Amino acid sequence: MNHNNGQKHVPKTTGHAWDGDLQEYNNPVPKWWLVAFYISVAAAVIYWFLYPAWPVGGSYTKGFDTITYVNDKGETKTTHWNTRALLMKETNEAVAAQKPYYTKVANTPFEKVTLDPELNSFVVSAGKQLFSDNCAACHQQGGAGKVGFAPNLTDDDWLYGGKFVNIQHTIIGGRHGYMPPFAEVLNDQQIKQLSDYVLSLSKIVVDPASAQAGNALFHSETAACYYCHGDNAKGRQEIGSANLTDRIWLWANVPGANTIADKEAAVQSVIRKGLNRGVMPAWQDRLSADQIKLLTVYVHELGGGK
Amino acid sequence: MFNFKHEWIETNVGLLLVLTMLAISIGGLVEIAPLFFIKDTVEKVEGVHPYSPLEQRGRDIFQREGCYLCHSQMIRPFRDEALRYGHYSLAAESQYDHPFQWGSKRTGPDLARVGKKYSNEWQVAHLNNPKSMVPQSVMPNYPWLLKTELDYSDMTDRMMALRAVGVPYSLNKEEYESNVKRFGAEEAKMLNIADARKNLIAQAQENNYDGDNSSITEMDALVAYLQVLGTMVDFRKYDDDEFVKYR
Repeated sequence: MNHNNGQKHVPKTTGHAWDGDLQEYNNPVPKWWLVAFYISVAAAVIYWFLYPAWPVGGSYTKGFDTITYVNDKGETKTTHWNTRALLMKETNEAVAAQKPYYTKVANTPFEKVTLDPELNSFVVSAGKQLFSDNCAACHQQGGAGKVGFAPNLTDDDWLYGGKFVNIQHTIIGGRHGYMPPFAEVLNDQQIKQLSDYVLSLSKIVVDPASAQAGNALFHSETAACYYCHGDNAKGRQEIGSANLTDRIWLWANVPGANTIADKEAAVQSVIRKGLNRGVMPAWQDRLSADQIKLLTVYVHELGGGK
Repeated sequence: MFNFKHEWIETNVGLLLVLTMLAISIGGLVEIAPLFFIKDTVEKVEGVHPYSPLEQRGRDIFQREGCYLCHSQMIRPFRDEALRYGHYSLAAESQYDHPFQWGSKRTGPDLARVGKKYSNEWQVAHLNNPKSMVPQSVMPNYPWLLKTELDYSDMTDRMMALRAVGVPYSLNKEEYESNVKRFGAEEAKMLNIADARKNLIAQAQENNYDGDNSSITEMDALVAYLQVLGTMVDFRKYDDDEFVKYR
């Protein structure tokens, strides 16, 4: 095959020959490419003068370009161009643009934030971003939570209270759910009776006699469940104990169990092993007070804020 | 007059090799070498200390599993990164990393400040089966971490190797005293090579990272490492433009 078919110009060779007859074409790069190359070399020289470039002893040439920014103390500073100063400038410009909203959120009582349409739309859009970055890993996108791991934030059931101040308190300091294990305190029959009682509270049909015995046990000093879950089994928000009467399940996956036996087993497992999990990290060191307030309103608005 | 010919290089493999290496190394030398001599490269900042034995073992597992192929540990000073990941990474924060895990390939999120962001339980559940926590995740499962007991029989050798490249793990009284001055008494004890195994066991028992204290698993070590990432420097102690002056 001849590649030069139909071409007027036959390129020269470099004149070298290897292995007797192996030759090499000499195709210089196009002129436009060469010009662009020299322009980029010239640009590099200009760059050296504008930006940090050459190491000199224990330092380097800083360049003539500058950045002026305002720091968090309100001082205006000018420095040679560098990415950290550029970030300060861009951040401060963005913060300045958001500041009227943040200030307004900070100075407005919780209840009124939701009533102001402009403020509310700011909370929803900024809150959604904060929630996705920080909360969604456990509470899932949208806040529906995960049975066996993290509570649903869109229903109106709250372990630690669903008022603005409760939610804010939870975000600031985090939470650590705890229930002692009862495997060594109660026998298998007692644990079954308790699980039947707990299921009966959610209107799940179980052996009534067993549930009745569980009821007595629940309120006895032997099991003393009422201590934390309350006489009415509705839980106590000041210690985060669960409401057992609302058909909402966090640790025992009762909705996911098909048979009554499986539902009993799910509840019994929690009674036996107790819980030393449900750890929510504290966010006070990671998020600002303004961001936490904004998130509080956002979470409150997810569905079930009280 | 000296008459240079391409042919000399092109027909001499040895010369071609030497000159090619020379040309390539200029780029590296010009960009990297001066940083060792520039005083401001590593910021002066409090709190950065070498990893504890358990965390260091977790770091080994991080590398063994190839986590760095998808996760960087370098938050760059850009606004979008600051919003998502937090304060940009300081050179000082990876001064004891051998090798560093900066990376530039992000299939998953950057991990430079993942420490304390999620609970231990979340990390365990997520490493075991990422999709159980993040349904849209493409991260593979690492179920063997929970089932594999941590091998720390060679912990002292590992620390000796790091000490040889400049990590201040202490081998004698003098080095220990110097660590007390640099990092405080509590931290200095953690860095003592002679106590490595004792310290490793104690940290795993105390924190119970994987939720099962009957044995020390690779999960314990990896979660201990993840939970310390990016948490050593308390940025509240510094002005928000404190680290601008180092660049």
